[in-house]
Amino acid sequence: MTTIVDVCGLTKRYDGGFEALKNVDLSIAQGEIIALLGPNGAGKTTLISTICGITRATEGTVTIGGHDNVTEFRAARNLVGLVPQEINLEPFEKVINTVRFSRGLFGKAPNDAYLEKVLRSLSLWDKKDSKIMELSGGMKRRVLIAKALSHEPRVLFLDEPTAGVDVELRKDMWDVVADLKKDGVTIILTTHYIEEAEAIADRIGVIAKGEILLVENKDDLMTRMGQKTLKVDLATPVTTIPDVLKDYDLVIEGDGLLYSYDTKTDRTGITGLLADLQKAGLKMTDLQTRQSSLEEIFVSLVAQREDAA
Amino acid sequence: MNLQAIRSIYLFEMARFFRTLMQSFISPVISTSLYFVVFGTAIGSRIESVEGVGYGAFIVPGLIMLSVMTQATSNASFGIYFPKFIGTIYELLSAPVSFLEITVGYVGAAATKAMFIGIVILATSFLFVDFTIQHPLAMIAFLTLTCLSFSLLGFIIGIWAGNFEQLQLIPLLIITPLVFLGGSFYSVSMLPPIWQTITMFNPVVYLISGFRWSFFGTADVSIGLSLFAITVFTGICLAVIAWIFRTGWRIRQ
Ligand SMILES: Nc1ncnc2c1ncn2[C@@H]1O[C@H](COP(=O)(O)OP(=O)(O)OP(=O)(O)O)[C@@H](O)[C@H]1O
Ligand SMILES: [Mg+2]
Repeated sequence: MTTIVDVCGLTKRYDGGFEALKNVDLSIAQGEIIALLGPNGAGKTTLISTICGITRATEGTVTIGGHDNVTEFRAARNLVGLVPQEINLEPFEKVINTVRFSRGLFGKAPNDAYLEKVLRSLSLWDKKDSKIMELSGGMKRRVLIAKALSHEPRVLFLDEPTAGVDVELRKDMWDVVADLKKDGVTIILTTHYIEEAEAIADRIGVIAKGEILLVENKDDLMTRMGQKTLKVDLATPVTTIPDVLKDYDLVIEGDGLLYSYDTKTDRTGITGLLADLQKAGLKMTDLQTRQSSLEEIFVSLVAQREDAA
Repeated sequence: MNLQAIRSIYLFEMARFFRTLMQSFISPVISTSLYFVVFGTAIGSRIESVEGVGYGAFIVPGLIMLSVMTQATSNASFGIYFPKFIGTIYELLSAPVSFLEITVGYVGAAATKAMFIGIVILATSFLFVDFTIQHPLAMIAFLTLTCLSFSLLGFIIGIWAGNFEQLQLIPLLIITPLVFLGGSFYSVSMLPPIWQTITMFNPVVYLISGFRWSFFGTADVSIGLSLFAITVFTGICLAVIAWIFRTGWRIRQ
């Protein structure tokens, strides 16, 4: 495994003195897809901006493809494409021209055939002569992606690429990402959708308050996040758990029972539980399932962290 | 050197200009014509000649300078301020381009536009008055240097400006008065002695004087001094830009 992006002891203090990144270390392997998750204001965008050279690091270093992003910024930035979180586009310019501009800015010779391929893959080809201001929000976001891809980057940063994009196009976008991965492009994306991270990432990093709390293989993390609870409301509340149900992980909550189970295992035990509830003569009035949200996991991770400190 | 990037920035900026070509073309033609009607015909008919040149012809170099300086400044300041304002600057900051390349692209485009307007005004002038340009090469050199140096100044203003008011402020408060008081419409020798001395602190006097010399061979200050002044001015702008480049002032947090 070769490291393509190496972030070492990165601290970012904004002018006002606010520390948005605190001594962050992160190493990204060539060809992987890593999803950065974290609550609003965690520092995801700041991390990406600092790697890409939009903001200066207060302390620490970043190398991309072995090139320091300050002293060898040309070699480092040549490899990088960035899709920013905010939709920043010249409103009066045509789609094709903004994409050509991006390619040229990165020092690449004009290649309209390649740009056509990119625009087609993002379903933007029929809009190539439209002005940016005539596009919908989701289209604009795809123009940003087209701009980032226009110069054939080896490392692609996607800062919330699917915010405001409809479900179907979100799937299309995942396909685009999968194709890029096939070509060996390394992808770093941030998202607030856990399904998105689940669908495309190899590894997941969780960041909160400027610190990386964990970077973990997706599958391992998903198992941990796979905890779900089933709430069974009962017509007549019980005070003790009937003997038939002793084998289940049940607790009494209000007028009902709460059952915790793991969605990632082959047997969740739900069918059995429901059958046994009937055997015990309990009448159900309602069922609800809920999964611990990403937000809750952040909170518990941050809490654990603070307890440890 | 990322020449491809310079080319892209230049063409992208020029595209903005071409989108509003009629506007860019018509407004200098109209304002020049108005100046000739007001100054050349109405007032000029009372003034015989200035230093042996008919008043109508005398104001041509000043008129060109007035437009070129304000246009170069506002074009260049807007050119770099706009990406900052709408956020597209992220792309410049994350691209493998040096600040030098960014400057050449934006300043080059702004200077080209100002040059174009200067030439349109010159052409319009020929419709109103009759004159010949004595030193055409020097004229072009002065025009180019003025376009460049004021575009550099505009570029600095655009980086400095935090809002649209500030963007307008310097051109309005400093450049327009300096140009009007810099002898665009009169010869410095027409002023009382005390004002002649004060005027010498206005850098624009040297530019207009040199430019007028290239037209008529007469000048308020020596041509060498004019060249020196414009070189110093360009040098200061370049030094400021180099400093901005090193520190990332107002651009890169
Ligand atoms: N230019 C700035 N000046 C001062 N503070 C800033 C600046 N940009 C961001 N911050 C602060 O840094 C922190 C991290 O912001 P950042 O944009 O990196 O968060 P994020 O993780 O991307 O959040 P979101 O999910 O909302 O996009 C926030 O507290 C924010 O207020
Ligand atoms: Mg963000």
